Amino acid sequence: MDKQDIFKTLKDTLVEQFELDPAKITPEARLSEDLDLDSIDAVDLVLKLQEITGRKVSPEQFREVRTVGDVQTVIEQIMAVNK
Amino acid sequence: MLRRVVITGMGGLTALGHDWTVIRGNLHNRRSGVKYMEEWSGFKDINTRLAAPVAAFDLPSQYNRKTMRSMGPVAILSTRATELALENAGLLGAPILTSGSTGIAYGACAGSAEPVIAFGHMAKTGSLHGVTSNTYMQMMSHTGAVNISLFFGITGRIIPSSSACTSGSQAIGFAYETIKFGKQVVMIAGGAEELSLGPSAVFDTLFAASTRNDAPGTTPRPFDRDRDGLVVGEGAATLILEELEHARQRGATIYAEIVGFGCNADGSHMTQPNTSAIAKVMQLALEDAALSSQAIGYVNAHATGTKLGDVAESVATHEVLGSRMPISSLKSYFGHTLGACGSLEAWLTIEMMRDNWFAPTMNLDNLDPECAELDYLTGNGRNFEVEYVMSNNFAFGGINTTLIFRRWGS
Repeated sequence: MDKQDIFKTLKDTLVEQFELDPAKITPEARLSEDLDLDSIDAVDLVLKLQEITGRKVSPEQFREVRTVGDVQTVIEQIMAVNK
Repeated sequence: MLRRVVITGMGGLTALGHDWTVIRGNLHNRRSGVKYMEEWSGFKDINTRLAAPVAAFDLPSQYNRKTMRSMGPVAILSTRATELALENAGLLGAPILTSGSTGIAYGACAGSAEPVIAFGHMAKTGSLHGVTSNTYMQMMSHTGAVNISLFFGITGRIIPSSSACTSGSQAIGFAYETIKFGKQVVMIAGGAEELSLGPSAVFDTLFAASTRNDAPGTTPRPFDRDRDGLVVGEGAATLILEELEHARQRGATIYAEIVGFGCNADGSHMTQPNTSAIAKVMQLALEDAALSSQAIGYVNAHATGTKLGDVAESVATHEVLGSRMPISSLKSYFGHTLGACGSLEAWLTIEMMRDNWFAPTMNLDNLDPECAELDYLTGNGRNFEVEYVMSNNFAFGGINTTLIFRRWGS
């Protein structure tokens, strides 16, 4: 999966899972302020990402995540670990 | 100082409609909510194929992903029934709801069934597949009560009353006492039950579920000689209880007053009804209301249509209230809605009292000679005016409840 594929998968997941407007999902979009996702949603996002990637996301990796771009970086990191 | 408690809002979702006008029409026409469940045909070990599912209902736009993510079907039923009741009370969006003076007493047999599968999968395989942040929130026994709290911003006390078939009646009783003793001004009280195969399988195992699979409209048959068990139903009903002076000050419509509540346990058997404990709970409610048995004009029976239950209840009712007592069971229309039946039957009993017409027990063609002498309403029901009505409910574990309502404005 390249960067573009990852972003597309992430965008599709956010749209499907949280009923979000696709136009709002940009790398800069803030999960809380712009997309109205909260801590409960973040947990479900992590669970979904684990399901898609087949890799475990550690709590530390997700702690600093604020934007869609940050989520993408985490996915890239966990995908790279077992490359 | 003890407060008087009145009912200022009522609403629900049932197999026979979602407002009194529609339900009344169906009761008058003796329409049954019981259906043959085609989708259960794959469950070979279960004999009953009957249930009374709630009729289709719409959810307004405020029911979205975020407000519904913690809700399974039972919480959706609880919340929507409560919204209808609050609307009926003229309290939707009222400041009193979020002030801390409004509380909730609500229950069901359990939380939703679907999430249990995810945790069962986890226990068997070690995999968390299917478990999300909200799986437990939908499964926990107080899911209905707290989802109501979140949806309407209720900040008062929460009394989960999940006690199987007395969930709805205990909710009303505990809510009544909460206002009576000045702890809250308004209480949202009720019960709900989502349809799942589990409860039907439980009664099937106990040989207490009806297996008249080829004739859904003829069962259950409370008090009838040829009854063969209960049918599980689905639904929810909420009553809005309010301190009398508060209701008067805001000019609320008052539907009835709650004057008595009795609650006890037989302490003797998990499933076998106990006549003396049932008689005792009716006496407790009469004492609470400071009424003699002569004051009661109609009894809404728990009567589920099982062999043991109907007999024990009729004998106890006869012992306390005498053979002149008019009595009928709504379970012949809605099936046994378990966690919902206490509040559903309270709601409809109050509506019948206001209409001066009481529905007959459907399918009661030949009284079981073992049932005690009472004035069983059959045929087209009966028109009469009463001052006080009683509603009885009993649950697994030996819990019994009696509620007494007084006509308002008489």
